[in-house]
Amino acid sequence: MKTREEIFNVLKQEFPEDVFEILNQPMEPIIMVDPKAIHKVSFYLRDTEGLKFDSLMVLSGVDDANGEKTTDADGSQTINGGTLSVYYHLESLELGHKVTLKVSTPRDNPEVESVESVWRCADWHEREAYDMFGIKFLHHPDLRRILMPYDWDAGYPLRKDYKNPEFYQGMKIPY
Amino acid sequence: MALKTEEMVLNMGPQHPSTHGVLRLEVELDGELVVNVKPHIGYLHRCFEKHAEAMNYNQVVPYTDRLDYLASMYNSFGYAVAVERLLGIQVPERVDYIRVIMGELQRIASHLVAVGTYGVDIGAFTPFLYGFRDREKILTLFEMTCGARLLYNYNWVGGLSHDLHPDFVPMTREFLKYFKGSLVEFNNLLSFNKIFIERTANVGVLPLDTAVNYGITGPNLRASGMKWDLRKNDPYSVYDRFDFEIPVGRGEKGTTGDCWDRYYVRIREMEESVKIIEQALDQLPDGDIQSAIPKRIKPPVGSVYARVENPKGELGYFIVSDGSANPFRLKVRGPSFVNLAVLGELCKGHLVADIIAILGSIDIVLGEVDR
Amino acid sequence: MYNLLNNLIGNEYVAAVIAAALPLFVFILPFALAAVLLERKVSAFMQDRLGPNRTGYRGLLQTVADILKLIQKEDITATDADKKLFNLAPVLVFAGSYAAFAAIPFSGAYIGSNIDLGMFFILAISSIVVAGILMGGWASNNKYSLLGAMRSAAQIISYEIPTALVVLSLVLVTGTLSLSKISEQQTAYFWNWNILGGAGLGFSKLLLIPFMIVGFVIIYISTLAEVNRTPFDIPEAESELVAGFHTEYSGMKFAMFFLAEYANMFAVSAIVATLFFGGYQSPFGYLGNTLHISWLVPLEQFFWFTVKGMFFVLVQMWLRWTLPRLRVDQLMTVCWKYLIPYAFVNLIIVGLITLL
Repeated sequence: MKTREEIFNVLKQEFPEDVFEILNQPMEPIIMVDPKAIHKVSFYLRDTEGLKFDSLMVLSGVDDANGEKTTDADGSQTINGGTLSVYYHLESLELGHKVTLKVSTPRDNPEVESVESVWRCADWHEREAYDMFGIKFLHHPDLRRILMPYDWDAGYPLRKDYKNPEFYQGMKIPY
Repeated sequence: MALKTEEMVLNMGPQHPSTHGVLRLEVELDGELVVNVKPHIGYLHRCFEKHAEAMNYNQVVPYTDRLDYLASMYNSFGYAVAVERLLGIQVPERVDYIRVIMGELQRIASHLVAVGTYGVDIGAFTPFLYGFRDREKILTLFEMTCGARLLYNYNWVGGLSHDLHPDFVPMTREFLKYFKGSLVEFNNLLSFNKIFIERTANVGVLPLDTAVNYGITGPNLRASGMKWDLRKNDPYSVYDRFDFEIPVGRGEKGTTGDCWDRYYVRIREMEESVKIIEQALDQLPDGDIQSAIPKRIKPPVGSVYARVENPKGELGYFIVSDGSANPFRLKVRGPSFVNLAVLGELCKGHLVADIIAILGSIDIVLGEVDR
Repeated sequence: MYNLLNNLIGNEYVAAVIAAALPLFVFILPFALAAVLLERKVSAFMQDRLGPNRTGYRGLLQTVADILKLIQKEDITATDADKKLFNLAPVLVFAGSYAAFAAIPFSGAYIGSNIDLGMFFILAISSIVVAGILMGGWASNNKYSLLGAMRSAAQIISYEIPTALVVLSLVLVTGTLSLSKISEQQTAYFWNWNILGGAGLGFSKLLLIPFMIVGFVIIYISTLAEVNRTPFDIPEAESELVAGFHTEYSGMKFAMFFLAEYANMFAVSAIVATLFFGGYQSPFGYLGNTLHISWLVPLEQFFWFTVKGMFFVLVQMWLRWTLPRLRVDQLMTVCWKYLIPYAFVNLIIVGLITLL
């Protein structure tokens, strides 16, 4: 069983330029990782003796809403700039420790490496993050919408500046 | 000259008697053998996570009931545990004990639906009705406490909405005594029936490393041989004060991790739940259940991931808070969402009839899958 | 009965037609209607609930309500369905099930058509049902129906073989295929019934008893499969194929499939009762004989025939609501790997015994 600080030190040693820093929050410390290197870090976390993170508990996208907010003509807000983040909560069923990773990508072109090859659990979670936030996961075998209809082209619903479209396939949306 | 054959694509569409909700399965068949199964979900998506961002922490509780509508007590239990961990408040002991009692009764009710509908999928109609007769007694107990039979709004952040009715404890004890005999009857009728075993043993075998890699939790993981239960391995509330066992699949009738194991683990879990409720009723302290409910909920900035052992698996709430009265991001890790992903892997090489058997043994509820 | 009608009417063809059609309208059709309600009540009591009890006194008029509902429903035909076959399929299934009753003796005085090949005729005419089911599945233009129809055809054809083998072994004992003669042979008290060795004296009768019992079990299981009842109801498996080969039928055509199923159930129960349990013979002797009222005897025989038939129908319903259903490959395994070898061995041993 390792504490999060120890895990962070091990990771920082192994991947000096990909693992950034540890944010010490009241509830859980979070390790920030480079979005393009997350799969390397994940393979290392899963396979190394002493770490053995064999289970991905949850993978969630979060809209940080930390860009500049501009007000459009019809009164609604658009956010330009800022980041979208993905949080990974990992756990080791053998050794009993947990860790949280976070990656942040720019809002305009969000791209994160897929960890589907590390944990098959991530397959549907990443599809949901793509569906709700528009985060593209590189090298994902089948990245398409999962909860919204497959031809929904009006944006990504869980973003903070999402507006409902007027019509979808001829049906009026706000009724 | 070889005969030219084509694969047939069969759509077990959103309306189907045994897909347990609105789920579409796109099945590629070669005669009767399954080549590939692709689940299509999203028919019950109700934008729970977006709604949660517009409401207070208190107002989210009725919405959490509707995630897994067959195990509502546990959904709100998990949410209450998560927000209380975020706020750092400690609830009175009576609240914890009552939450455990309600949660375990709900586990029995949910498993009765699971095994009953599994029997119907296989073709045995009678155990379903026996299971529902017993479930009615549990729902009567719930109605006596909070007025609702299926969606309760009972576990509030920091406490409960209603205290126990004075008749609750004796009626629950009576029910538990009756239920032990009813489980024996269930076992005789369905579990050890030769035809049922033929249909479910060695079908849909889930090896342990595949299960862990896919993130499967709950009775499905335990049936594949791993002794992992959040009530013991990562205890929350007062579960560490009770003495109960974790049933694990042992491959008695076939291979470890087949459909029969998943089904039988649920039957044995019901027996264990009876033990937990008896112990909790014995240890139930007095107290005021609403004393720790905060007047306004304004948690500190940060994030928390808290999980509980839903009847279907590991139900997790990931809450990101920015200091305001509404959650900034509330993500629900529904166990059925994760468990359903393994269906394509399990069905390869089986017959069409087995898809229904496998789907029933994974025990999904579309409310959790789609949120 | 035929003679009676002949004397009454004078025209032998009309008499023959009426004699053959009489059981159909007087007995079987009302029975099928009653069986619909009976199944619902029997299943309800087994499942610890009440069943329909609002229409009529304790739900007795439920079937009338069902039939009225089915008659006034819209008759939908799918656009791409093959209309001629689609309309022909229920007719074939209905006709195949009902035609079998022509050769079954309902009582000593009545048999629809007294042919010497009774059993053979019944086996042959029940096979028309297969053609009807296949037509229904194909013409519905629906993948589910097609799957259900193919499975059903495979099942019925496979299970005819153990049936035929057991009938053969019975013919070795009785020496005749005509069902009325088989019934007449099992006269005078139940120890003359075929299941207890048949009418005959001596050691060979006692030797036959276990093999007759095995034969009875095999034929009961095979005929369960022929009428598509659980545990063999894959073709209409509700939870997999929605409703199998009759998914696309609505209204009166669906009602015909439905009624044909119950008539078929009674037909195979009657056949099993006739072959093994004495048909219309009473196990204890006739009240009419003791009281010297000669016209009471055929009525009593009809009563016993009905009781035996109903008993086997009730056992079929009991099995349906207790057991889960077998998968299609397991069904085939049971037939080809278990029932047929046992039936063969049974046949050989019965043959050897009759040589004694």
